[in-house]
Order: sequence, then C-alpha cells, then structure tokens
Amino acid sequence: MGRYIARRLVQGLVVILGVSIFVFVITRVVGDPVKFMLPLSASAEERDARREVLGLNDSIPIQFGRFAGDLAHLDLGESTYVRGEPALDVVFDYLPRTIQLVALGMLLAVVGSIPLGVLASRKPGGLVDRVLTTLSLIGLSMPQFFLGYILLIAFTVKLQWFESGPGPWRTHLVLPALCMALPAIGRLAIVVRSAMIDELNTQYVKVARAKGLSQRRILGVHALRNAGIPYVTLLGWEMIRALAGYSVVVESVFNWPGLGFMAKTAIQHQDFYLIQAIVLVVAVIVVLLNISIDIAYKALDPRVKLS
Amino acid sequence: MTAPDGYTAQHADEDEALHQEEALQGRPYELAVVQHGGLFRDLISDKLGIASFIFLVTLIAAAALAPWIAPESPTQGNLSNAFASPVWHGGTWRNPVGTDWQGYDLLSRLLYGARTSLIIGVLVVVLAGTFGVLIGLLAGYKGGRADRWLMGWVDVQISFPGLLLAMLLIALVGGSVLSVTIILAINGWMVYARMTRGVVLSVRERPFVEAAEMMGCRPRRVVFHHILPNLSTPLVTLAVLEFARIILAEAALSFLGLGIQYPTVSWGLDIARAGDHELFGNQWLIIYPGLLLSLTVLSVNLLSSWLRVAADPQEREKRFASRASGTVSGAAGGGGAGL
Repeated sequence: MGRYIARRLVQGLVVILGVSIFVFVITRVVGDPVKFMLPLSASAEERDARREVLGLNDSIPIQFGRFAGDLAHLDLGESTYVRGEPALDVVFDYLPRTIQLVALGMLLAVVGSIPLGVLASRKPGGLVDRVLTTLSLIGLSMPQFFLGYILLIAFTVKLQWFESGPGPWRTHLVLPALCMALPAIGRLAIVVRSAMIDELNTQYVKVARAKGLSQRRILGVHALRNAGIPYVTLLGWEMIRALAGYSVVVESVFNWPGLGFMAKTAIQHQDFYLIQAIVLVVAVIVVLLNISIDIAYKALDPRVKLS
Repeated sequence: MTAPDGYTAQHADEDEALHQEEALQGRPYELAVVQHGGLFRDLISDKLGIASFIFLVTLIAAAALAPWIAPESPTQGNLSNAFASPVWHGGTWRNPVGTDWQGYDLLSRLLYGARTSLIIGVLVVVLAGTFGVLIGLLAGYKGGRADRWLMGWVDVQISFPGLLLAMLLIALVGGSVLSVTIILAINGWMVYARMTRGVVLSVRERPFVEAAEMMGCRPRRVVFHHILPNLSTPLVTLAVLEFARIILAEAALSFLGLGIQYPTVSWGLDIARAGDHELFGNQWLIIYPGLLLSLTVLSVNLLSSWLRVAADPQEREKRFASRASGTVSGAAGGGGAGL
C-alpha cells in the first residue's frame, strides 16, 4: 500500500512537471508577460528594463532553470492583476470559495443521486426511472451556464428567493451549488441505477433475501456497498472536473468570487504569474484527488489489487 | 446518412401510430421493436430518434442556407428597432423572433450561431478523430515501447482537465473559429486513440488478420484494409458523442469570452452578452439561444444513443434481452458532458 502510494505520487509529479513545462512554454515563448504589466504609455526602453529585471531576456533554458528553482521554493512570482501580492497567496485567498462551492455541490449531488438511483433501480421503466432518464439527458445536453441562467431567472428574478440586489455577488451559495449539482445528479444516478440492477440480480442478494433480511438492509448494507465501487470512481471524476472546469463557468455565471472566476480574470488580464500559480495548484489537487479515488476504490473492494 | 427511397412524412406518421401503444408502455427513447429492414427502419420506429434526426437535418439546412434565409445581417442593427417582440408576442414578420438591445435580428443571429457551432463541431471531430485514430492504430499495432510511450502521453493528457489550458492558449493566440477548432482538437483526440487501440488489440489476434499477414500483406495494408474497417461502428458512435461534447465546449469557451470573438456569431457568446445585459429585463434573449443550443446537443445525444443500439448487433441483442427480462439499460449512460 505504502509503496503503491509512493509510486502514484511520483507519477503525479510527472503530470505536474508536464503541466508546468507546458505552462512555462506557452506563457514565456508564445505570450509576452511584460505586455500587460506596464501602462500602455510605457516606452520600449522601460519595457526592456522590466524584462531585464524579470530575467526574461535570458535564454529559454536558463529561464527554465530559474523557473524550476523558484518552483522548488514555492515562489511563483507576483501577481500583476492583484498588484504586489505573491501569486500563490492570491490563489489561496480564492481557493476556499471554490472548495465551498464544489463541496456543497458534490454533497447535493450525492444526496440527490443515491436515493434517485436506488428508487429507479427498483422499478425500471417506472415514474422515478423516467424522471431520472430525463434528468440525465438534461445533464448531458444542457450547457451549465444556461442552466445557471435559468436558475437565476427562476429563483432570483421571478421568485426572488435569493438576493438580486445591485451588489456584485448575485446570490447566496445555494444557487451556484445547485447549478453544479444538477447535471452531476443525472450522471451519477444513472450509474447507481445500473450498478444496483446488476447487484440485485446476484446470488448473494438472493441468499440475503432467502434468509429473510429486510429490503432496507439488503439495499442499504449489501447491494449499495458494492454498487458504490463504480460510483466512487465517477464521483471522483465529477469532483475533478468541477474543480478544474465547471467552476470557471459556474462562478462566472453567478459572479462567485472563487478560483475559477479568478482564473478567467487572470487570463483576460494576461496575469501570467497568477495563471501559472492557479494551473499548478489545480494540477496538484487533481493529482491528489486521483490518488484518493484509487485508494477509496481499494477500501470499498478488497479484491482490488493496487499495482 | 441519406434518406432511403420512398420515405415520406406519411410513412413516419403511420409508423408512429403503429408504435404508439408500445411507446406509451416502454420508455420514450427506446427502440419499439428490433426488426429487420435496415438502419433507417429502426430509426423510424424510434420516435425520439427520428424527431432528433429531423431536427438536426433542418438545423443543418438552415445553417447552410443562413446567408439566403436570414432576414437581416446578424451584425447590423437599428437601435430604433431594439427589443422588437417575436411574432407570437405580437411582433412583425420582419423580425420573426424579435431583436436584441442593439436591434440585431435574433433569428439571423441564431442561424449564424448554428453555422459556427456546427462547423467547429465537424472540424474538431474530423481533426481530433483522424489524429487519435492514427495514434491508436500505431500504438495498438506496433505494441511494445511505442505503445507504452503513446499511451503514457494519452494518460497524462487525459488526467488533467483541459479547460484551463485551453482557455490559456486561446487567450494567447486570440479566439477565432480556426484557433478554437485547433485547441479543442488538441484537447479531444485522446478518447479516439484509446478506443482505437482497444479495438486494434482485440482484432489483431483474430484469424483474418493473421491470414493477411501470412499472405504477405504489408503492415500498412493490414492496418488500413483489414483492421480499420472494424473500427467503423464504434468510431461513428464515439464521433457523434464527441460532436455533442465539442458543441458544448465551444459554447462554454465563447461564453467565457475566450472563444469566438465579436463579429463572428456564437450561441455561447450571445448568451453571455444577453446574461450581462438582460438578466432582469428581456430574458428571452438568454432563453432562445440557450434553448436552441440545448436542443441541438440533446438531438445529437439521442441520435447517438439510437445509433449505438441500431448499428451494433450485440447491443441490439442486449437491448432485446433486457427488455424481455424487464431491466432496461440506461440510454443516456456513457459519454461525458461539457468540458
């Protein structure tokens, strides 16, 4: 187990290294970091002087060496959009908001998807099953930002359940989290449903039933635990994509001040130290989540050999 | 996909009536019966399948003919004509779906937006599909070190969600149909490579491939004449699913302002602009493009779920068996949404 985790961590480092090389190349070689750091009125000499200070006139290998050295010291440069702040501090200022959003969103998704999937599996083709199929088709087909606007129009503008004042933050956490959760509920519940159908047809469930266990115990203790194996994998994926993808869209719709919102802003302002910090932090989280998924997999199913 | 001879709307009506009863009992997207008579017959018997097929054909025709059928230019507006109502809310036929806050004709923008979405979708699927299939064929057929390195590359790229990197690239090179296409292709080829490799690995051990090799076929001929045809069914299904995903990805990038830029029309961009301007006012400006986008993706998804069942004899068998035993496999399973 320990050796396995160590090896996965090394693999994760390779991914992070790949991502950082990629980010380094496209920001330094394709883009011009100084372009947005100085006011438009700055002369060519001033720009060149700034480049010299930042060491951007050195050859690419030397720059990369320095970049790797700074990385080892967790020094990711200073943000130019949030002036004077170390980029990494900015990331950790905004990250908690995104984690709140993703955590509540995923919690809602779990709470919604498991009962829905279990109910649907008990009567395939029934009412719950139809609702589930529709929901999952919507989850597959409706752009998340459009869903966000529908929620905003319905609950903020029409029903006015949530604040819609002139302030910059349109709503409470509930709506963005719901926007995060709804498509995920559809995708996750479908998995619960088909895994439960498979499990309920197995021998051990028949034995449990034959020896007179209650339906609740059969579903909750025996079948659900095994059905949980594919579920956990997919839930992990949902989390990763929520953190590194959906959050940007959802936070933009709801003006939720999290890391995704910041990523969009940083990119629009070509604040490349901040972009780099965001991408690297997200990469680390993604790698750690991936490893956690595999360990959870093992915990749920003792037959799985980690190798 | 072409319409077979003698197919008319009347046939569809008859068929619908014929299967109404079954469709009411079964679930809506389900193939009513597994029957002989080709793919198209199956499609007709699948009500939602045929509905989405007709919707998509109409959309493609409308998008292709946009310069001729659009009432006005999508980027020329008359401010005095802003917020015209749609026909069904008492508007005029001059702007059948109304106009936005700049007086742009909404129908024209929807049509041109469809053009952008469909073109990018097709181009990305072709580009990413070609590259992915070639890599997959190479990895699967060569095996050994080539396989390990290529699949290692696939694993690394797949394990990191591409949206952030795609946003970064587009911010640097600028958003245009071409750049969005290339960047989405860079982000999306891996699934084709994985699937192709899987199929190649299972097919290359089969007797007909061994026979071809024994007869002295060159590797290229073995790969392209004997192995590649086995890919057609899964490849078409995957390509259709990917097409839906790409349309969503383009819309999301454009929505964030990091995709298609102003003079070009994109649904995602239109929704973002309407969301900024009209969240508390004329919400139809958000809802119409959003609805059209959702319906398009929904149709593609439904069509792909029909295709998966209809084009694959094994899936048909499974569907048939599961119907018989009362457990039905989910139609919407598989495939990822969004980014």
